[in-house]
Amino acid sequence: MSTAPPLPLTKADFQSDQETRWCPGCGDYSVLAAIQGFMPELGIPPERIVFVTGIGCAGRFAYYMDTYGMHAIHGRAPTIATGLAAARDDLSVWIVSGDGDALSIGANHLIHALRRNVPVKILLFNNRIYGLTKGQASPTSEVGKVTKSTPGGSIDPPLDALSLALGAGATFVARTVDRDKQGLVEVLRAAAEHRGTAFVEVLQDCPVFNDGAFDHLTQKDAAAVNRILLIDGQPIRFGLDHELGVIRDDDGTLAVARVDEVGADRLIVHDATCEDPSLAFALARLGVLGAGPLPLGVFRAVDAPPWGGDLVAELRAARVGLGDEDIDALLHAGDTWTIAG
Amino acid sequence: MATTEFPAVEEAAPARNGQVRVERRERVIVRFAGDSGDGMQLAGGRFTDATAVFGNDLATLPSFPAEIRAPAGSLAGVSSFQIHFAERDIATPGDTPNVLVAMNPAALRANVPQLERGATIIVNEDAFTTRNLQKAAYDSSPLEDDSLDAFQVKRVPMTTLVGRAVEALEGATTRDAQRARNLFALGLVSWLYDRPTEVTERWIEGKFADKPTVRDVNLAAFKAGWSFGETSELIDVRYEVLPARDVPPGVYRNVNGTTTTALGLLAASVRSGLPLVLSAYPITPASDLLHDLSTRQSVGVRTIQAEDEIAAAGMALGAAFGGALGVTATSGPGLDLKTETIGLAVALELPMVIVDVQRAGPSTGMPTKTEQSDLLAALYGRHGESPVPIVAASTPGQCFDAAYEAVRIAVRYRTPVILLTDLFLANGSEPWRIPQAASLPAIDPAFAQAPSNGAAFLPYARNADGARPWAIPGTPGLTHRIGGLEKQDVTGEISYDPVNHARMTALRAAKVAGIEVPDVVVDHEDGAELLVLGWGSSEGALRAGVRRVRERGRKVARAHVHHLNPLPANLGEVLRAYRRVLLPEMNSGQLLKVLRAEYLVDIHGFSRVEGRPLFAAEMEQAILEMLP
Repeated sequence: MSTAPPLPLTKADFQSDQETRWCPGCGDYSVLAAIQGFMPELGIPPERIVFVTGIGCAGRFAYYMDTYGMHAIHGRAPTIATGLAAARDDLSVWIVSGDGDALSIGANHLIHALRRNVPVKILLFNNRIYGLTKGQASPTSEVGKVTKSTPGGSIDPPLDALSLALGAGATFVARTVDRDKQGLVEVLRAAAEHRGTAFVEVLQDCPVFNDGAFDHLTQKDAAAVNRILLIDGQPIRFGLDHELGVIRDDDGTLAVARVDEVGADRLIVHDATCEDPSLAFALARLGVLGAGPLPLGVFRAVDAPPWGGDLVAELRAARVGLGDEDIDALLHAGDTWTIAG
Repeated sequence: MATTEFPAVEEAAPARNGQVRVERRERVIVRFAGDSGDGMQLAGGRFTDATAVFGNDLATLPSFPAEIRAPAGSLAGVSSFQIHFAERDIATPGDTPNVLVAMNPAALRANVPQLERGATIIVNEDAFTTRNLQKAAYDSSPLEDDSLDAFQVKRVPMTTLVGRAVEALEGATTRDAQRARNLFALGLVSWLYDRPTEVTERWIEGKFADKPTVRDVNLAAFKAGWSFGETSELIDVRYEVLPARDVPPGVYRNVNGTTTTALGLLAASVRSGLPLVLSAYPITPASDLLHDLSTRQSVGVRTIQAEDEIAAAGMALGAAFGGALGVTATSGPGLDLKTETIGLAVALELPMVIVDVQRAGPSTGMPTKTEQSDLLAALYGRHGESPVPIVAASTPGQCFDAAYEAVRIAVRYRTPVILLTDLFLANGSEPWRIPQAASLPAIDPAFAQAPSNGAAFLPYARNADGARPWAIPGTPGLTHRIGGLEKQDVTGEISYDPVNHARMTALRAAKVAGIEVPDVVVDHEDGAELLVLGWGSSEGALRAGVRRVRERGRKVARAHVHHLNPLPANLGEVLRAYRRVLLPEMNSGQLLKVLRAEYLVDIHGFSRVEGRPLFAAEMEQAILEMLP
């Protein structure tokens, strides 16, 4: 029992002894470092934290965290995590998934975990490509994307992770980028505080098969005009000198506008806690992943009872003191009769 | 013509106190048949409970269409419930009914071919309208021609009689009366066999406690059926089937295999201290297990209706990772979908139980018909070298032992276990001698604790059983990562080393092969040269078939296998001890193939894939043909 590191914990307490084996320059390195650095903030000892991952480059994440972990099968991490949450209410459970894992082969499990509001955090590393299988189009690849499996350009329209999550009834939805450590940690902090399912899309660079997909969001000059940082309760403004903002256009859709042209009063004030998901959805539809200004931060954070409420505790209480006489009572339920010897 | 005309109700004879002949029967087979909406399963189920309480031995066979409401009155919509009860130990739900209750022409047409000459048919003659006759493809009424001359036909205007019985009840509608016809039929057959009425009346009163009108209508219909038997001269013989005497002493209860499977899992949960988490996706005929366990929160059971079969398996495995008894239940097509997760469980070496209630396949097949054709899928239906222990239940009552055994193996050996039952076991019922909880073997989860000497935790170090530690999250000092990638022996780290892979493949195989399972027990007779071997739900038919052959003075031995992987250690020796071996299966010879390959013994198969249990008579015949 004495092997648990005494609190307070440090980043080193969450680093496993496994050699990290992502490609050089992979965005996953910065995400891993940010998460390992953030974990001590939770104040939860490593043995009460579980990382469940699917298949793909992101799936390796579990091996690098010195917590409990399971590297499961393709797309099924939410099912494993849901089963774990059904049995245990004393753990902090994190899912790490990718765009193929969460939005293609495992999309069904993703939407059902979200609609149940299972108490888990879901981190979706979206690099818009299949990396581990060496470069096929993914469900988030843009139309026209030339890959090994789409030599003539992809004809499949991409799926937007946040729109899907909001449509599935997610209570916490956020988006961040791999190279923005501060933004990433802020989103993780908010996710950790959320008691239901927290869904976080992390836009992540694949230097080998989709290099530079998010350069406009990570390179210093471009980032200022392309990152629309959402701050709850604040007017939505961005740009080098906050000269840009988001307004509701005459047709009801959201649009980017120059503040000096429309006036600060017309700016939308972000409200992540609004029950109605319409604004969050409109923000999710604002901008395209690959180019131009894109909202980042917490889109939606609505408090709602997590899946099953206190059921785990209630069932645990029901089991206290059960013994052979309880089994005998179960077995003898209903009409019985005795045959004498 | 054998048809007995029923006199007009107004002219019914007064009670004939004692004038009805009573004949004793050693055993009787009754089949209730009607439209899907006629409540035949309910009538059969109530008759079964009364029969169980009366003390007969019994076995039942419900049969219903996959469609919830096939067109009313059509042949496709016929639903039936057969019960075999006797004053001695019996083994099967019976081959051919002595009494058929047919609620409409379609039910008559669908079931008459299975009757033997002289059988009694009780029809609801009100249902023999031109329209209903057409729906059943009758050109003319079989009640009016000579087509039923071989049978004793009793024409009863059930609809009319129920209508009269309830017309005085306040608030009762014609529709209420229509829906109570099954209770009339039940009352009549209960009279015929002198079943205790209190059991059924108590059930009606409890079931409809908050619907007084429905309760009164059903009670009236039931009593009207009984009184009709008593007062009309239509039926002049009653039958007496005395309580069974040759059954072992003990406390008994009537159960189907679904209930016993649930109870086996519950008992294992309580005895092991492991919380039971059952995740399942609705599928016939496995859904009833989900329904049953969903009512067991008082003993700490958590059930999850998953979004699909794959999720159901994943949730059970996730619960197991967290230190619960993770169980998923399904039927054929669902087993296909769970295979990848079962493979993961093999690699993770975590306990998990997969209940497969087999039904006729391939694909959707016949969802409401039984078969035992998933054995090879259970044994081999995964990619890679992926050994999984298999336990197969043999009777509705034995499902309890099989479920408990599946959990015992899963927990002790840290492995997924497939429990094979089937539709016949899940839905069929029999009296069950209730075991004592204290007599059940112990199941010790033996969760891992941190090494006291500060040494590193080794997640894939093995004990004498070849099992690895079950180290659940929350345990300090044991943080570790597991996954589907091949692992280094002992440390559990990712490994692509070819020699290590060969070693891990061998270790996983050896662990399963080395599971301690009881020897197969042979019911031997001196001089027997033929062994009749079986597995799964064919046990009853084989037991009955062997008994009939022995009653003819012929020698034959019988054995039944409950562990399909690993096979009992003495099985090869047993097979070689007989000149001939007969292995009947409700598939095309799946265990036959396995045993021939395993033991190089020339076993003879007997195959039936008709979506029904084996018959005692066909087993008798098959055995006789194998005897010199």
